Amino acid sequence: MSSSSSLAAADEHARAFHLAVEEDHHPENGTMLGFWIYLMSDCLIFAALFATYGVLGTSYAGGPSQAELFKLPTVALNTSMLLLSSITYGFAMLAMAKGNKGATLIWLGITAFFGAAFVGLELQEFAELIHDGASPQRSAFLSSFFALVGTHGLHVSVGIVWIITLMVQVGQKGLVQANQRRLMCLSLFWHFLDVIWIGVFSFVYLIGVLR
Amino acid sequence: MSAGSHAHGAAPDGHDVHDNEAPHGSLQGYLIGFVLSVILTAVPFWIVMAHVFKSPTLTAFVVMGFAAIQIVVHMIFFLHMTPQAEGGWNLLALIFTLVLVTIALSGSLWVMYHLNANMMPTSTMTAGNAMGGMDMASPAAAQDSRTMP
Repeated sequence: MSSSSSLAAADEHARAFHLAVEEDHHPENGTMLGFWIYLMSDCLIFAALFATYGVLGTSYAGGPSQAELFKLPTVALNTSMLLLSSITYGFAMLAMAKGNKGATLIWLGITAFFGAAFVGLELQEFAELIHDGASPQRSAFLSSFFALVGTHGLHVSVGIVWIITLMVQVGQKGLVQANQRRLMCLSLFWHFLDVIWIGVFSFVYLIGVLR
Repeated sequence: MSAGSHAHGAAPDGHDVHDNEAPHGSLQGYLIGFVLSVILTAVPFWIVMAHVFKSPTLTAFVVMGFAAIQIVVHMIFFLHMTPQAEGGWNLLALIFTLVLVTIALSGSLWVMYHLNANMMPTSTMTAGNAMGGMDMASPAAAQDSRTMP
């Protein structure tokens, strides 16, 4: 279907014939695959941090345990913020597919808001923990906990900066091809972070309070 | 799907159109994924917070089961993972990563659990001998401590 359309275009422009046919055999220009491989390497970083937490998660050094520290209602609120930001980013992508620049910008803004709410709640949780003496230095459990959850929060923060950057770019240049590609990379990044968070709230928080 | 993306991606030079074939998903797909995710998140929170199961081990397995299902849901409905994406290379990279993640996680937990269990007896062996029990554990522990460098 795509080859027939490019052949039809090639009939009109004989010079473009080779280009159109050669491009047909390449799967895009590889950006999406390359970005996906970056995400997979990021996944390995998180796997190492999860493994560290799994090994050190019960080394309390006489300090507080998960059941004493974690407040599940806060975690549930945090989780819903990230999940809502995932669906609103999906709406931004749908608006982009329709070529609706205004709606794309609005949904991106809502996504950044939910992301910021997530990071804000997490920072508040960290501040409370450190205030109560449960700082990363307290025990191996808390070191690995802050390393894992902090790395995820850092990723979300960078994602928010990226969203704002793309909002400025889309606002100035519109939904051009390059911006669409960037938005699709960010889409993978943002949904990937939600996938990591599923592991965090299940493995760290929910199973943590059972111990 | 691809017809829609072709229609909006009408670039001046023909080959740019093909850069745009990665799926954007549909409204229906996103809503299905969202509803499933809400259910798959709410149920494990409820199971843990309402103490539905007596056994913590059973609860842990159920929670991890829900997490695994939700990760698959996200992969399909949000990350648009299909065997056809990027000519199958996306899925191949994902499978390779999952193998590495499985080895890293299960290997770490397995090795470190046994290391903990075998390093412990220096303290528990004396306690076990004092109590006259732990006959099964102490020879193995002694053997292990001898092989330690």
